[in-house]
Amino acid sequence: MSGRVLVGVKRVIDYAVKIRVKPDNSGVVTDGVKHSMNPFCEIAVEEAVKLKEKKLIKEVVAVSCGPQQAQETIRTALAMGADRGIHVEVSGKDYETLGPLHVSKILAALAKKEEAQLVILGKQAIDDDCNQTGQMTAALLDWPQGTFASEVSLEGDKIKVVREIDGGLETIKINTPAVLTADLRLNTPRYATLPNIMKAKKKKIANVKPADLGVELTSRLEVLRVDEPPQRLAGIKVETVGDLVSKLKETGKI
Amino acid sequence: MAAAGAASLSRISRLFSSFSCRKQRINVKIIPQRRGISSCIDPAHGLTDEQKEFQKVAFDFAAKEMAPHMAEWDHKEIFPVETMRRAAQLGFGGIYVQPDVGGSGLSRLDTSVIFEALSTGCVSTTAYISIHNMCAWVIDTFGNAEQRERFCPDLCSMEKFASYCLTEPGSGSDAASLLTSAHRSGDHYVLNGSKAFISGGGDTDVYVVMCRTGGKGAKGISCVVVERGTAGLSFGKKERKVGWNSQPTRAVIFEDCVVPVNNRLGEEGQGFSIAMKGLNGGRINIASCSLGAAHACVQLARDHMMVRKQFGETLSKNQFLQFKLAEMASQLVASRLMVREAARALQENRSDAVSLCSMAKLFATDQCFNVCNEALQMHGGYGYLKDYAVQQFVRDIRVHQILEGTNEVMRMIISRDLLTDL
Repeated sequence: MSGRVLVGVKRVIDYAVKIRVKPDNSGVVTDGVKHSMNPFCEIAVEEAVKLKEKKLIKEVVAVSCGPQQAQETIRTALAMGADRGIHVEVSGKDYETLGPLHVSKILAALAKKEEAQLVILGKQAIDDDCNQTGQMTAALLDWPQGTFASEVSLEGDKIKVVREIDGGLETIKINTPAVLTADLRLNTPRYATLPNIMKAKKKKIANVKPADLGVELTSRLEVLRVDEPPQRLAGIKVETVGDLVSKLKETGKI
Repeated sequence: MAAAGAASLSRISRLFSSFSCRKQRINVKIIPQRRGISSCIDPAHGLTDEQKEFQKVAFDFAAKEMAPHMAEWDHKEIFPVETMRRAAQLGFGGIYVQPDVGGSGLSRLDTSVIFEALSTGCVSTTAYISIHNMCAWVIDTFGNAEQRERFCPDLCSMEKFASYCLTEPGSGSDAASLLTSAHRSGDHYVLNGSKAFISGGGDTDVYVVMCRTGGKGAKGISCVVVERGTAGLSFGKKERKVGWNSQPTRAVIFEDCVVPVNNRLGEEGQGFSIAMKGLNGGRINIASCSLGAAHACVQLARDHMMVRKQFGETLSKNQFLQFKLAEMASQLVASRLMVREAARALQENRSDAVSLCSMAKLFATDQCFNVCNEALQMHGGYGYLKDYAVQQFVRDIRVHQILEGTNEVMRMIISRDLLTDL
């Protein structure tokens, strides 16, 4: 086993920013807006770094797909303890239509190229909420997947994963190599320390193009329109259950 | 892409604010800091990528570890030792102290950026951290190898805390007239006298004390490190203050306090110069704390204007208030530019560094106090309630116009520079 873990990190609009839809409804405003690493990706990086600190794995490689600015996100991962980074350059129109299927193909190709033992991703990105990349990557690699992980433990050449599912917690044991996706309670990401930020400057980030990995980026999806969620309207109070039922029938809810 | 995202975004931000608030229930409005659209007051402008990383860590730490507690720390007068130690683990205990003794070895500008960001979480605690940093730097710079090894590592990790002792009941602005005496006796000094208004006094471990070993005036002053527990070292009552309540302030009293000569930093008679050099950096740090408070207050005022309605529309439609906000933003950015330039000048040891540090301290502390005060006014009656953070920023930074050299003393330094016949 190579002892190498690939961690995918995505640059998204910062969670605390108030999102605005573009006037032409083609998307959201991203120019000049504060971006940072997807919170679930931070949790993924933290888990990988923890495994390295426990000496269960040897190297953490942070990967991001996007334009030049994606390197900032990789640097944050390096400052948290990743050893090196890979920046897959995708910009312009390609970046606007980049989706989980493309990213999965890229990650699958990199996982093979780097002989990764594990691929750890965030469960979903907070901009598109797709929750697909981890699952698709596992499928393309034909590897087992431990998604929505709230607890991960390496046991020999198997991994025990506690998953957060609708019904509660599910514990599974899967073989390596595998794909894991991090859920909120997996860990609390560390702050980068000042010395680590400075050390991160010296760590290498390799540049790669999707074509080099045999991945073509034409999109099969077209976004037609983006709108704000409808404004919440005030409700009305009713006196009796009978009133409630008739109101519900009136407005066509039942 | 946005529709589903917006819902999960507010979910995440609520999750994150509940994550940090779940430990204590405080009746304070905690609005997750709106780090909104990159605007003219964004403190990240003009910084290198690395400085932006430092700033990000400091902002994250301030938002998650400090802001949720700043009201409680103020109200209950809690000295947040654990939080400060966590900050030290990130490297904030000795930011401009050299790495060989545990410091982070960063520049004055990096330091200013960090304190500005931390202040948005709690001015009082950040100001204490900056004083602690100043003491660690003094020992790092003027101490010999043995003293640096003995004191700096513990200070950088905040295993031990430090206080800076210059001011006395009878000598504030006229610092060189200090009376605390240190009579040499063999391999010891015997200290007698008292210091006033010492930040951290009584709760800290390492005291950097300016005392008189020689004749009158600045040339007779030396700098000596006194450790807690030394016989003859005692403290006055804890002062009750308008702000800076997360750090205790006490008189420090020396009664035949015996201190080894080995604890003297530098030569006899060098103490005043050491004190002043420490203060140059200290002034940039305090001014940076004012910047952080003003930045937070401009955002609070802006957020309030967007929700508060009077006369049928939000305050943000009122031209007077729009103009007021613009003025506040301009004062903030002007102050920030001065402080950062002073930091650069000090780092490069430029000939104008001392004056520029004084100008920056004078300008920034005054302007930023006005900004915070105006922000309070814009909140109307709500601004006067302790449920709203803006009043704490106002109370906390008021003292920045007084300590580390009053703004009047800053004028003395600047005018002396201007009126010296070269």
